[in-house]
Amino acid sequence: MKERWKALIEIFWTFFKISPVTFGGGFAMVPLIVREIVEKRKWLDSEEVADVFALSQSIPGSVAINSATFIGYRIGGVKGALAAMIGVSLPTFLIVLALGVSYLFIHDHPKLEAAFVSIRISIVAIIIYAAIKIAKTAIVDKTTFFITLAGVPVLFFVHPTTAILLGALTGVVVVFSKKKMGYKHKKSKDPAKNPDYFMGAGI
Amino acid sequence: MELWELFHTFFHMGFFSFGGGYAMMPFIEAAVTKYGWMSPEQLTNMIAIAGMSPGPIAANSAILIGYSTAGISGAILSAFAILLPSLILVLIAAAFFVKMHHNPLVEAMFYGLKPLVTSLIIFAAISFAEANHLVSLNGSFRSISLWIIFALSLFALLKLRWNPIYVIALSGLIGITLYS
Repeated sequence: MKERWKALIEIFWTFFKISPVTFGGGFAMVPLIVREIVEKRKWLDSEEVADVFALSQSIPGSVAINSATFIGYRIGGVKGALAAMIGVSLPTFLIVLALGVSYLFIHDHPKLEAAFVSIRISIVAIIIYAAIKIAKTAIVDKTTFFITLAGVPVLFFVHPTTAILLGALTGVVVVFSKKKMGYKHKKSKDPAKNPDYFMGAGI
Repeated sequence: MELWELFHTFFHMGFFSFGGGYAMMPFIEAAVTKYGWMSPEQLTNMIAIAGMSPGPIAANSAILIGYSTAGISGAILSAFAILLPSLILVLIAAAFFVKMHHNPLVEAMFYGLKPLVTSLIIFAAISFAEANHLVSLNGSFRSISLWIIFALSLFALLKLRWNPIYVIALSGLIGITLYS
């Protein structure tokens, strides 16, 4: 019993230490995870970790949190998964909360208000930058270009959930009907080999 | 009541959270408008703080919106709500050892899903630009200077490959100099 708690605390602490490095969602965490989990603690081998990263992207949510949870499960079952998830989320939770509390405390200050007038415009630029980055991996042919183009006006009328489901459905219909008609479907690049943008990596 | 709205919003969002935080902005905006949690300007400020902090932007935004709507319990509940879908799905995938990324059906879904995620982010950019009056160019000092800051931000991100966090920090300093 004592041994188990010790193992869980070790999982928690490992991810707790890595967590504050994960700016923007998590890809910065990969080399640290490899060093801590594979080289130092030898919990998993590098092939297993590569699998975990690939799988973590096909699951909604942040790659950092998903892969931590996944690795936690492989080491210590459901409790290990929880320990890793709490470990990786707690530091950033506290930092964000501290920033949020201080923001709400002083947001009436004229200097801070002035700063945010400019920051809000930069956020628009950052969102456009995020769109360009993901477009580079998402738009691989005419069909995907058309889906992106059609998606924007559609979003003025339907809820994002519906739009996402429609997008996935379109993908399935297109890929399988292309296959039926004998077209070769271009396989997308393996994202594990293309670290520039990971689905779910934030930016 | 607010707690339930927060939980329901972020739990639901957690299942569709593909493509990083900015793809989630249309979800967040829809909920914020529906429940009247805050003004569009306040929401953009929250997103800026979420982008400045370490950790995933979607979860950070959930925590900040939860906190400003319902205090500490709102923050904890929102974080829990957005993490729960990941936990459930990771456990299912791990338990059955599903190699989803090699499954042709999943690959086909992502083929259509990724371009749509791009649309979501473009849509978010359009609505944030509108909410923050970027589209209203009226020749005043403020409007012209904001356009310049916008262009400089894009240049720093795309050409100089700056980290977004530095862009936000420098932009804040420019704002203090120009508008206070």
